[in-house]
Amino acid sequence: MNSGYPPRVVIVGAGHGGTNAAAFLRQQRFDGEIVLLGEESAAPYHRPPLSKKYVVGVGAEIDLKSFDFYRDQEIQLRLGCRATSVDPIEREVVLEGDERIGYSSIILATGARPRKLAIPGAELGGIGTLRTVVEAGRIREFLSAGRELVIIGGGYIGLEVAAACRTKGIAVTVVEREDRLLARVASAQLSRFLTEHHRSHGTRIMTSANVTGFHGGSDGMVSAVSLADGTEIDCGVVLIGVGAEPSDELAKAAGIACDSGVIVDDQARTSHEAVYAVGDMTRRPLDGRPGLFRMESIPSAVEQAGQAVAAILKRPRPKPEVPWFWSDQFDLKLKMAGLVQDSDTSVARFAGGKGAFFHLRNGSVVAVESVNASPEFMAGKKFIERRSTVDPNALADSSLPLRKVEV
Amino acid sequence: MPKITCIDNSDGSTRELDVDSGGSLMEAAVSSNVPGIVAECGGSCSCATCHVYVDAPWLDKIDEPEPEESDLLEFLDNVSDCSRLSCQVLITDELDGLVVRVPETAD
Repeated sequence: MNSGYPPRVVIVGAGHGGTNAAAFLRQQRFDGEIVLLGEESAAPYHRPPLSKKYVVGVGAEIDLKSFDFYRDQEIQLRLGCRATSVDPIEREVVLEGDERIGYSSIILATGARPRKLAIPGAELGGIGTLRTVVEAGRIREFLSAGRELVIIGGGYIGLEVAAACRTKGIAVTVVEREDRLLARVASAQLSRFLTEHHRSHGTRIMTSANVTGFHGGSDGMVSAVSLADGTEIDCGVVLIGVGAEPSDELAKAAGIACDSGVIVDDQARTSHEAVYAVGDMTRRPLDGRPGLFRMESIPSAVEQAGQAVAAILKRPRPKPEVPWFWSDQFDLKLKMAGLVQDSDTSVARFAGGKGAFFHLRNGSVVAVESVNASPEFMAGKKFIERRSTVDPNALADSSLPLRKVEV
Repeated sequence: MPKITCIDNSDGSTRELDVDSGGSLMEAAVSSNVPGIVAECGGSCSCATCHVYVDAPWLDKIDEPEPEESDLLEFLDNVSDCSRLSCQVLITDELDGLVVRVPETAD
């Protein structure tokens, strides 16, 4: 048990949430110990590039912080270090190998793990998910052999990889179970826009398509994907991008309240004192909406890191942020804010192929999906935050400035 | 190695950054864990969380912003004539002595 002095914050998980929490603690002049535990052997890195250029061999510099950062900031970074249990009563975390580390506060930031498909042939070589730099490296290697790629799942990860591959001339088929791409997270308008854009770049897209199994060659590598309607798609590589499950086992085992993710409040606090949780593993409230949400985005994880640090240091809760997300596909920089599911009508504001879909509820903007249109994105985010009532006709008219659309 | 002074508008504190030429101001700030420079998007000019005010004498020693950057800046609540996104400011030897201010975080 940590005696409480000097205080020690242990952070389990060195992704975007955990690493930013460590950095924020020092920024706020916390002078106790910070222990940042990462299960992966790579130093904390940016995940977004993995599904973009990285997977087709454009190896970017992706470290989250510089090499000396952790030493300079006196953050004890321990890589390849897995926590096996948390004891919220004794205030200890136990590592593989039974080392025990006492804490005065603990931040769980273990993220999520990609869902696998339990269907025949799933164990064949050349089939992978994409979360870690190691997985990205594996896919990169498979793709470099000039094989055709099937991507199962038309979500952001799948579409980004599809775009990166098409840019390199790799044949890609996206197989989506729902009747449109991004069914869970984007509007029908954005789905349609992206489907057309991808198809114009040669991405083959199949919707309402269910994968039933994989076939392999004598080399043990995947050679085809089977669909429920009997279609067979020849391929040499498969990326499974059908979402992720929160890695909340540690919390569950410790008796911390979970419900498809660790339940937290708007200060990243869990059911247990001195235990915080941030990022993809959490179910969190969103300002102005009832219920809890599992937000799988970097801005949400970073916001929660700030909430946890403020709570630990007994500082005022940070001002809530409008949830937002970005995705890069081909020449498109997509930026989205708010939740589309909240809306009852939509307004398109496009000129010359750039612009945004604004989604309204009772006359106010609740979500915006922008395509190469930072002004629309920033204005939309502001409208959402202010709950402004807007004139839909003015909004739809690209010749009218955005600052004139609020009513 | 150009020296850069970063002033935190929230509390007036000052940090000196020793940086390598060729990187961005944002990278230098993140390396030194400067409060207020979050750089959520990792420097891809997507998020505007690396916003700084460049002291007037230095503004024209930095290349004008591209439209992508100006578009993001225009809508920031606390934007000023000397606002820049630090991920788009390349550090050169010419910028030795640069002074920037990190905006107060809105609350």
